[in-house]
Amino acid sequence: MEGLKELYDAIVTGNAKSAKALTENALAEGVDPQVLIDKYMIPAMDEVGRLFEANEYYVPELLISARAMKASLQLIRPLLTAKGSEPQGRVAIGTVKGDLHDIGKNLVSAMLEGGGFEVIDLGVDVPPEKFIAAIQEKKATVVAMSALLTTTMLSMKTTIDALQNAGVRNRVKIMIGGAAVTQRYADEIGADGFSDNANSAVALARRLVAAQA
Amino acid sequence: MKQLLEEILRDTPVVIDGAWGTQLQSLGLKPGECPDAWNETHPDLVEKVARGYVEAGSRIILTNTFGANRISLERHGLAGKAVSINRSGAEISRRAAGDRAYVFASIGPTGKMLMMGEVTEDDLREAFTEQASALTAGGAHAIVIETMSDLAEAKIAVAAAVATGLPVVASMVFDSGKNLDRTMMGTTPEQAAKELAEAGADVIGANCGRGIEAYEPVCKRLRAATSLPIWIKPNAGLPDVVGGRTVYHTKAGDFAQHVPAIVKAGAQFIGGCCGTGPEFIQEVVKVLK
Repeated sequence: MEGLKELYDAIVTGNAKSAKALTENALAEGVDPQVLIDKYMIPAMDEVGRLFEANEYYVPELLISARAMKASLQLIRPLLTAKGSEPQGRVAIGTVKGDLHDIGKNLVSAMLEGGGFEVIDLGVDVPPEKFIAAIQEKKATVVAMSALLTTTMLSMKTTIDALQNAGVRNRVKIMIGGAAVTQRYADEIGADGFSDNANSAVALARRLVAAQA
Repeated sequence: MKQLLEEILRDTPVVIDGAWGTQLQSLGLKPGECPDAWNETHPDLVEKVARGYVEAGSRIILTNTFGANRISLERHGLAGKAVSINRSGAEISRRAAGDRAYVFASIGPTGKMLMMGEVTEDDLREAFTEQASALTAGGAHAIVIETMSDLAEAKIAVAAAVATGLPVVASMVFDSGKNLDRTMMGTTPEQAAKELAEAGADVIGANCGRGIEAYEPVCKRLRAATSLPIWIKPNAGLPDVVGGRTVYHTKAGDFAQHVPAIVKAGAQFIGGCCGTGPEFIQEVVKVLK
């Protein structure tokens, strides 16, 4: 298991090439993929999150670590799927109707993928119907909505209302984020949670999924 | 052209304008609608916003071209109109300014991240070069690269603006980290000042962010890090959405109360960003008298 501490380090430092090679080696040696994830990769991303909270890491470091994590996960995911194990959760993410900004949404997507979620990226200017379709047809268990503008934040409420009317609101947890989004706003419109950065969005998604089970 | 900057700086602090987006919304701009396109569809209303700032006492006004690079415009299917939208944006502000104010043309970020591989450096260079040349053709006196979070993108924009021969202001958003003294990408005021100056900027600045309270320390650090003039344009705090309406909590008078300390900390240029209107500028002019 000597090489596996190196896998942890490769993810923390964001070295995708080395993370991929180390994962390949470990799998070839017969290490259980679930052990790789639980003992080395998730703890590595937790450390990345801690460094971000401590202001030692910023967005670029988060992104390169998420990229390294994703490189490893891409090798492991097919093995887990073959064993019948599902991803942590399936997140349908999009910037709400009327809003075309995608940096925040893309950062959260990258971090969620790094965190082991399957991400269905619906893009920008997403009408409520597309979120509904992702729940009905792609079995999304979490809906993540983004809006940069205070004017388009109002589409978050319209979307939640549409989910309610379509009878799918209770099948998913809803999380929201964006420059002006607050906990108070999340409460006001009936979302299940809010996050003000891409890192804590992953912890939030995990909490919401755990509450679903 | 740098003479122009010296001429403006003979009498400091120089009061700039406030926000445009929030003003255009109050004149009917719809959520999600492209504000920059109004230069062609509603030039009279854009000019009204510009005039509002000239009358409030701004010695420098910007232009309604913050999102008028072809990469941002493409989201609205308007990339092909980049040149005319920028040109008319500069012309509208010049008309409103007359001989009472200078026009510093606005260039904002593309909204795409280099690091994520969404755009290449060449894409950015091309887009900013096109925008900067069109603004120059429209009669801008100077160019402001503003609201930048990524130093790499900011430097490409500065280089494109410098190539026009006009004076260039380069301003970033410091809204991250415990002390709100880093950009989203982790850049400090010191790094920003050094690298933007090396890229050719004539003025270094900070704008937008999380409210005017955080600006005095950032301004001090910029002042210590560079001998270039400093440009500061804070917003009116973070907005809140209450019962479906956007509310900015900082009022014009409170905003202006912070201004003398920022000027003392070294700012030669001072104005407002999101949520600030002509009444903020009037109060700033009053407090600096």
